[in-house]
Amino acid sequence: MTDVIKTEPKPESLPGAPKAEATAPARRTRGEFLYFALRSKKFLIALGILLVLIGIAILGPMIDATDPLAQQGLPMQPPTADPGNWFGTTYFGEDVFAQFANGLRATFFVGLLGGGLAALIGMAVGFTAGYRGGWTDEILNMLTNVVLVIPTLAVLIVISSYLKARGVLFEAVFVGMTSWPWAARAIRAQTFSLRSRDFIDLAKLSGRRAWKIIVQEIAPNMSSYLFMTFILLFGGAILMAASLDFIGLGPTGGMSLGLMMFNAVTWAALTLGIWWWFIPPGIGIMATVGALYVMNVGLDEIFNPKLREI
Amino acid sequence: MRRYFGRKLFTYTLTFFIAATIDWLIPRFMPGDPVAGLMAKQGGISPEGATALVQYYNNLFGLDRPIPEQFINFWASLLHGDLGRSVYGHGRPVTEAIMAAVPYTLALLIPAILLSWWAGNSFGALAARRKWLDSTVLPVGYILTATPYMWLGLVLAFVLGFSLRIFPLSGGYGFNLEPTLTWGFLTDLVAHWMMPFLSLFMVMFGGWAIGMRNMIIYELESDYSRYLEALGAPRGLVRKYAFRNAMLPQITGLALQLGVIVAGSLVTEIVFSYPGIGSLLFNAIKSEDYFLLQGIFLFIIVGVLLANFIVDIVYVIVDPRTRVGMRGGTA
Repeated sequence: MTDVIKTEPKPESLPGAPKAEATAPARRTRGEFLYFALRSKKFLIALGILLVLIGIAILGPMIDATDPLAQQGLPMQPPTADPGNWFGTTYFGEDVFAQFANGLRATFFVGLLGGGLAALIGMAVGFTAGYRGGWTDEILNMLTNVVLVIPTLAVLIVISSYLKARGVLFEAVFVGMTSWPWAARAIRAQTFSLRSRDFIDLAKLSGRRAWKIIVQEIAPNMSSYLFMTFILLFGGAILMAASLDFIGLGPTGGMSLGLMMFNAVTWAALTLGIWWWFIPPGIGIMATVGALYVMNVGLDEIFNPKLREI
Repeated sequence: MRRYFGRKLFTYTLTFFIAATIDWLIPRFMPGDPVAGLMAKQGGISPEGATALVQYYNNLFGLDRPIPEQFINFWASLLHGDLGRSVYGHGRPVTEAIMAAVPYTLALLIPAILLSWWAGNSFGALAARRKWLDSTVLPVGYILTATPYMWLGLVLAFVLGFSLRIFPLSGGYGFNLEPTLTWGFLTDLVAHWMMPFLSLFMVMFGGWAIGMRNMIIYELESDYSRYLEALGAPRGLVRKYAFRNAMLPQITGLALQLGVIVAGSLVTEIVFSYPGIGSLLFNAIKSEDYFLLQGIFLFIIVGVLLANFIVDIVYVIVDPRTRVGMRGGTA
């Protein structure tokens, strides 16, 4: 079967996806990680941006407790220096900052839950397929390929359009359930390369169960890779949820960054020139996802000595 | 080679079957009855009239038959290319509505995909391991690839369309024009096409540039490059080999990204009210036109599967190893 496996596309060929690096099972100490992390400009900048955004998402709705869906002041007010009106108001006089902070919360929630779920499914499928091989691998591989080829947004659109009430949780679960295939494939390839190593054979000889070998021997040896996969899934989930929101199939009765853009377009913010309505949510998404991607590259350089600055 | 394509075809057929089945299952087994949804829109009907109408709808959609028969009927009409009639399009056949929208979507997607792939790969390859270029291309690439398609579209529309008035804001062509083969109409068509194209192109460009840049760096660090360097090969030659090897994952990357790209074009069309599949889909959702929705869904699936197949063929042409032993790809 190996020749068939090899004709499959490389999972790491996704733009910005981490490349296979499971060849060095040497355990790194935490000190070494910190040493390089604190010297990686990419990692630090990305971490800084993410912390600021997380701060806004957590503290924003606490400090500024205005209801994002209630009229707060005059409609269509451009941003001013007055406290409480930094971001201006929407067509309906809703506070844009309140919407932004609450939307950012939903964005992180969807990313964390959707990306986390996708990572879990990807790991379960990838580890099982890679470790077991044979027919299990064949079947799981077919499943992965099928979900991989289906344009998931189209599926989400069809499903969401039939549901009248949708929550952020529902959205996150659906995004998570459809965005795992490339991760499964990547993890499977990694597991495959580790499976025939001596230390795995030794673990098998000691009579440990398969899942214990996976959790205790295989996963720790690719922990950096798994973490980077999660970061990419996190970013992907945010973008996917934003597209879904933008089509008008986002959470009902809640607020999200994609929904802000949907509302802005629906109520002609473009032709009315209310730029402060649709610019902040886009920057929020862009900064979050961009910081995640850059962090990923930074981590790649930290974990993989070959890639550090020339 | 036959084995390779045989497997691919099997996967695609299976995918299509599963996707179409999902499409069939959803309206029947989702909470919330589509007929009830249609009934909710009818106001002021007597109870007898309402039951008659429910019966009529059930009969119209074939929902009064046993479930297995419904499934077979669905496939029979699907294979005849009959996707039902659109409510939004006033009873127009769904296939017709889709076919009218397809040229616009393809006119956006094909140039945007090909040009961004070419330009992104060239720039990414140039940037790799060249400090000054890398420090500009890399951040720009990451910002672009992290940008939601619709937002870049909105920003372009606001700056180029609303503020500077360079390009028209929405539609496929001016409202005052009839589709004819005249110079005036064609330039108008291009002017309307420009902004959706640009926003798709830019986001994709960022992704390809970064992907290529990273791949080249990995290739330049690999053993064969080191060996070539050790032999004293000129830098240009090493880079050429690295580029060729980095190209293959970028081709498969294109196949992997197709779903995301299609999704991007859908939302971009919505921003610009560009009369392609995306806008049709948006209207189908707004007017709860389930036949149209299902038809578009199936159409997108078929399109993505076809595109995947084309990428497979290109891969075989580009990578000689797939032709000889069918074992290229990860070597």
